[in-house]
Amino acid sequence: MVKKGEWVRIHSVVLKADERTAKLPDDTQKCDLQMWTKGFLQEDAEIGDVVTVKTASNRLEKGTLIEVNPYYTHSYGTFVPEIVQIDRQLREVLFGGDE
Amino acid sequence: MALAKDYKSVMGRSNDIMKEALGLDYNDFESGSVAFDYEALMKATGYTLDEVAKIQARTAVGNTPLIELRNLSALARKYAKPGYGARIFAKDEAANASGSFKARRAACAVAHAKKMGYKGVIAATSGNYGAAVASQAAMQGLECIIVQECYDSRGVGQPEIVEKARKCEAYGAEVIQLTVGPELFYTFLSVLEDTGYFNASLYSPFGIAGVETLGYEIAMQCRELVGKDPDMVVCTNAGGGMITGTARGLQKAGCVNTTMVAASIDLTGLHMASDGQFNKKSCTTGHTGFGVPYATDPDHSDVPRSAARPLRYMDRYVTVKQGEVMYMTEALANLEGIERGPAGNTALAAAFSLAQELPEDAVIVISETEYTGAGKHIQPQLAFARENGIEIKFGDPVAEDNPGVNIVLPKDPSYIKAQDADINRFRKSLIKKAITKAGVSELTDADYEFLAVETKTDVDFVKKAIDELGLLK
Repeated sequence: MVKKGEWVRIHSVVLKADERTAKLPDDTQKCDLQMWTKGFLQEDAEIGDVVTVKTASNRLEKGTLIEVNPYYTHSYGTFVPEIVQIDRQLREVLFGGDE
Repeated sequence: MALAKDYKSVMGRSNDIMKEALGLDYNDFESGSVAFDYEALMKATGYTLDEVAKIQARTAVGNTPLIELRNLSALARKYAKPGYGARIFAKDEAANASGSFKARRAACAVAHAKKMGYKGVIAATSGNYGAAVASQAAMQGLECIIVQECYDSRGVGQPEIVEKARKCEAYGAEVIQLTVGPELFYTFLSVLEDTGYFNASLYSPFGIAGVETLGYEIAMQCRELVGKDPDMVVCTNAGGGMITGTARGLQKAGCVNTTMVAASIDLTGLHMASDGQFNKKSCTTGHTGFGVPYATDPDHSDVPRSAARPLRYMDRYVTVKQGEVMYMTEALANLEGIERGPAGNTALAAAFSLAQELPEDAVIVISETEYTGAGKHIQPQLAFARENGIEIKFGDPVAEDNPGVNIVLPKDPSYIKAQDADINRFRKSLIKKAITKAGVSELTDADYEFLAVETKTDVDFVKKAIDELGLLK
């Protein structure tokens, strides 16, 4: 069980695919318009329940509880060998050579 | 009685919601025909350049260093004919609170919201502007909500945008994240209506007035450092606010002979609202997917009339390839010891090429740098591209680039070649869209004059374009 007051992430569908009327490419037209936000859980709940949260801007928002204590995992990425090749080339062109 | 919150009802109340959320009635500036009074809109902020500078100075914005990129200038000269290769300078806008020039746009808007008594501010942005608004709101003690287009339908986030969400949260903002699609505007309007917060739009006159200080500072710093005005200023171009505000600031400083160049990454062929192509882009801003539509139809933004009107100010529009920008970002770190970007380095890649057209004593300024961080750096961007099936290779970007399929890194710096876009085609497109939108069958003298100013041309150009396009028949 997730306790009231925990910091959580919720998910909801703003528009179902068949409710989308904007001019959209075919692939987007087939998808729901989905939304995520975070906040303090307003009542004890389980993952998957529809809950209310109080967001960082003190707004109440409803959605499906999907994550407790959400955190970021983006990073500096995996090694890209081309980058060190660029470095070597730049140094060679500007500072190296016989001219 | 509670208002209906379905899509059609909220979109139908758009004008009223906007009026409440900006404290400006845009009808005051309309002529009823094609023309509207742009300068009156800009004056409606009620702030002079000097007052804007004071607001910014109180919130850790502005007076950023102008740095001469001596090694990159020397590198450009290796590929220029003798006596050519301008001195390249960068305005280090990463030094602003929140790490980009967007702090200038946010400072004025958020200070105004505070003065008007709004309790909070909202902005729809997936870019640096979100962090800028959040940072300024934190300083002013206002609530802040940022609405982002961040994920594809699988819930995979673009690393650069995810980082921007993190930064907004670090400044205490709520970040509402959405999947791909222009209906973001519906969520944005709905939250604006529910909260009664200020619309800190990127395209409001407050935002653009905030950028004028950037152009003004460039003029003053060039005069101090090199004893003359810049010969050329290159601006990374997406929504058009950067080049609009910078050019206006340069003009206010009396720079009359500076060539203004807009530069965008060429993403021709990728659809901006495509779920499948969303994560095939390896840069999330400064590209033609925003740059061209906003230049030719500035008023399709989140305000009734955009204060960013780039074709009024640009003399040239050039494009560069994703691989060229990635390469220059690494060059900036490796040869100048300054780690910035990547998207803000679009202008730098263009300037490296354009510098080779100018004599050695000419001065070329790129109007911004931006902060770098996890996700927002060439290594995660290239790694993410590779994970998404994009081929990364060395070659000739101009000949081989194919957005969404490959990233071609220049095989040596001589392969960095900015390409001139057909600016007259964009000008004609603006004329066509403006007339079509107004739905009029004839133009007034004021309309002709307006369209000439809108396109930085003359009435003859406008008349010829109308004939050529078969408009007003």
